[in-house]
Amino acid sequence: MRTDVISRRDVLKAGGALVVSFAFAGVPRDLFAQARRPFDAAQGRPVDSGEVDGLLAIHANGSVTLYTSKVDVGTGIRIALAQMAAEELGVSPARVTVVEGDTATCPDQGGTGGSTGLIRGGTEIRAAAATARRALLQMGATQLNRPVADLTIADGQVQPRNGGAGVAIGSLIGDRLFSLKVDRNAPLTPPSQHAAIGKPLLRPDVPAKCTGRHVYVQDFTLPGMLHGRIVRPPSMGATLVSVDETSLRGIPDVRVVRVENFLAVVAKDEWAAVRAATALKATWRERASLPGHEGLDRFSRSAPLERDQEILNRGNAADVSRRAARTMTATYFWPFQSHASLGPSCAVGDVRADGSATVWTASQGVHGLRGNLSKVFGIPQDKLRVIFLDGSGSYGTNGTDHVAADALLLSKTVGQPVRVQWMRHDEHGWDPKGPQQLLDVRAALDTDGRIVAWETEMWVPNAAPGARALLSADAAGLEQEHGTGSGAITQNGEPPYAVDNVRVVAHLIKDTPLQLSNLRAPGKIANVFAVEGFTDEIAAAQGVDAVEFRLKRLSDPRAIDAITRTASAFKWDTRPSPNPRAKQGPSTSLGTSNVLVGRGIAYMRYKQMENYVAMAMEVAVNPATGHIQVRRVTCAHDCGMVVNPDGLRNQVEGCIVQTLSRALHEEVQFDRSRVTSVDWTTYPILRFPEAPAVDVILIDRPNEPLVGAGEAATAPVAAALANAVFDATGVRLRTVPFTPARVKAALA
Amino acid sequence: MPKYTFRLNGQPVSVDSWDPAQPLLYALRGPLALHGPKFGCGLGQCGACTVLVDKTATRSCTLPVSRAAGREITTLEGLGTPERPDVVQAAFIAEQAAQCGYCTNGMIVAAKALLARTPKPTVDQIKQALDGNLCRCGTHTRIVRAIQRASEA
Repeated sequence: MRTDVISRRDVLKAGGALVVSFAFAGVPRDLFAQARRPFDAAQGRPVDSGEVDGLLAIHANGSVTLYTSKVDVGTGIRIALAQMAAEELGVSPARVTVVEGDTATCPDQGGTGGSTGLIRGGTEIRAAAATARRALLQMGATQLNRPVADLTIADGQVQPRNGGAGVAIGSLIGDRLFSLKVDRNAPLTPPSQHAAIGKPLLRPDVPAKCTGRHVYVQDFTLPGMLHGRIVRPPSMGATLVSVDETSLRGIPDVRVVRVENFLAVVAKDEWAAVRAATALKATWRERASLPGHEGLDRFSRSAPLERDQEILNRGNAADVSRRAARTMTATYFWPFQSHASLGPSCAVGDVRADGSATVWTASQGVHGLRGNLSKVFGIPQDKLRVIFLDGSGSYGTNGTDHVAADALLLSKTVGQPVRVQWMRHDEHGWDPKGPQQLLDVRAALDTDGRIVAWETEMWVPNAAPGARALLSADAAGLEQEHGTGSGAITQNGEPPYAVDNVRVVAHLIKDTPLQLSNLRAPGKIANVFAVEGFTDEIAAAQGVDAVEFRLKRLSDPRAIDAITRTASAFKWDTRPSPNPRAKQGPSTSLGTSNVLVGRGIAYMRYKQMENYVAMAMEVAVNPATGHIQVRRVTCAHDCGMVVNPDGLRNQVEGCIVQTLSRALHEEVQFDRSRVTSVDWTTYPILRFPEAPAVDVILIDRPNEPLVGAGEAATAPVAAALANAVFDATGVRLRTVPFTPARVKAALA
Repeated sequence: MPKYTFRLNGQPVSVDSWDPAQPLLYALRGPLALHGPKFGCGLGQCGACTVLVDKTATRSCTLPVSRAAGREITTLEGLGTPERPDVVQAAFIAEQAAQCGYCTNGMIVAAKALLARTPKPTVDQIKQALDGNLCRCGTHTRIVRAIQRASEA
């Protein structure tokens, strides 16, 4: 047994093992040297998204490779990107392979977030493909001795429009460089001629995922690789006093690594590392710096502010409000929530004696991660390669960037490749969290019941600039940035309806108790919960049907279309809420008591400029137990041009079911020292018996620009659910999650 | 080091383990180099690690390797391949019943066990049978559809 105590200064020394490593006799390191060589650089391919050759290569056999920093975290963008490129290159999408998230070969098109996978990644790749198409047509014209105007590209060939012999694109360019800048205005195939875009093609990764052949980062291994586990402190910010390594007696080939307050074990055998991390006795000086999750709404209202930010100020809401015939007000609250990824985060780090390093990771932002790791660990960017491999579903930033730093730090320390996978309690306890949000909403009404003024005040964490601090670097005492960004959490704070006077103000709270993350549709779910819940309150107070109330205040035909299609498919019964005939007999799914049944609707336009989404829901509430059963959901979704309708449908369904889980069950619990909801019992998520029937109506608008689809359908879910519960019970739920205990108390 | 022998996907195998309490999952993913079963929680709460032990869906993250000795273990890999998927795997592919796919192993293996004892399950029976399998991406409706499809095949 040995403990390696290393200083933070040693960590920053270039290259090499800091401590003597296990002897792995005869490990042929060259075995994986091949996989590490940046082959594209050797070919002279620019890693630049402004160059056609940076984003795509056409091989001699006519197959195509795309290079992108946009990664597929289960969203299906692999096939969607292939379809967008194939459309312009006149090849089958089956011939297109996507290389994702390798900093050595993929240009930086930004991280995969904010639903920008297709908006930016796809659009740039399509423009590159269209630029290549134009060049290929010119090459073909020379080869065939025909004018360009007579030619087209189809079936992998440049060929005359009116038939006759063509020439394969693989023979025209075959692995040579185009050496062309991407022309953002290169003509695109018109929608009427789309052959690849708009088709429900199957995702290429699903067969391997369903047969255990897909290589996730959790499955990736290297020769001589060790397994690491991190021993996190028992309370946030605790300092390490001492370690008793005799507690590991009997566990084979295991070592303790300590860098200041960073404590970890590495072992040849993964189970030995797991056992050692559990068995290791350490003494910590604990801290009790957190406010606790109980009363977090009060904490948010009274916490010191960094500043106030005016998000929107149209007309003069305050004045109009003061003079109005009637005002209404309500307070909504959303708690901290976890990504709660099903598989704990994992990474493999390999720091070499020459100072170069490679990290295999499921990060949604490989270039950003490289930049941050480079700064924190003192490895020049050109010597640090970050390679994406699929991980467990991530919806913004889960623990994956942290674990990459863990693996890098350990590999740098022991001088061998190290794989680190977090344990369940690590993921739930230490993944960065979606922030708490407190919202006050006020509406002023005139004597005819029109909304003449609307005010939203939100209390949300301030977004201090800089990268999110890496846990292991903080523990090891390494200097780094401490950014607190959690995405564009103030969007969708205003109603999407015609209101002359609107003011939205964000009170930005100085400090955050838990580290923050841009969790799926950051901020928008809670903001729409408040705005659309409150809209429903106003409609109900006036005795007006919820669909009618909304349609009367909208003029955008796409908005109206989304709502009317939803209402029609749902078979919406036009009447005010609450439901006069809510009482129904016993429901099989909710036990033997009578249930209360209702329906609700919510609508929003994502970020007020992207997707139009309307959603109706039917619920049954058991007043005896407080259980809510969502029976069915209908959602009309308009994201402009649809690239792959089945992939899109899968995303919309996932958005709905996952957000039902968040609204019904999820709240990060923590005391003064630590997160206490650290497994699936203390942080429950939705289970199969609760899964509703989901009917998704895709509104395809091939002539409109596409927008993303990974997030938008999450935003109206909690509001539609709360509105349905109100319709069923007459009780308004304004705090998430709608746990049985909370519902029962509200109904009492 | 003690050696444990069992049948794995139809073949006899043996693994060495220094700890009889080592969960089967670590033997499968480590020395036996299988990646179908996934580590999700190590607590038997999520189902990502599910394998068939003598045709019963079992959490390999809590089953000691010593108790696998002499048994017949089937993993996702043992059911079929991308080229020749088993009927349940084929139904999951046809329905595209995966997003990240990390839970898919447990879903397919649990479905195999369900269909072995209840060849024509109702939707409610499918949902009840999968009550212990968690999916975070929200692919539930497709997974239920895939199992219905498999039951009709």
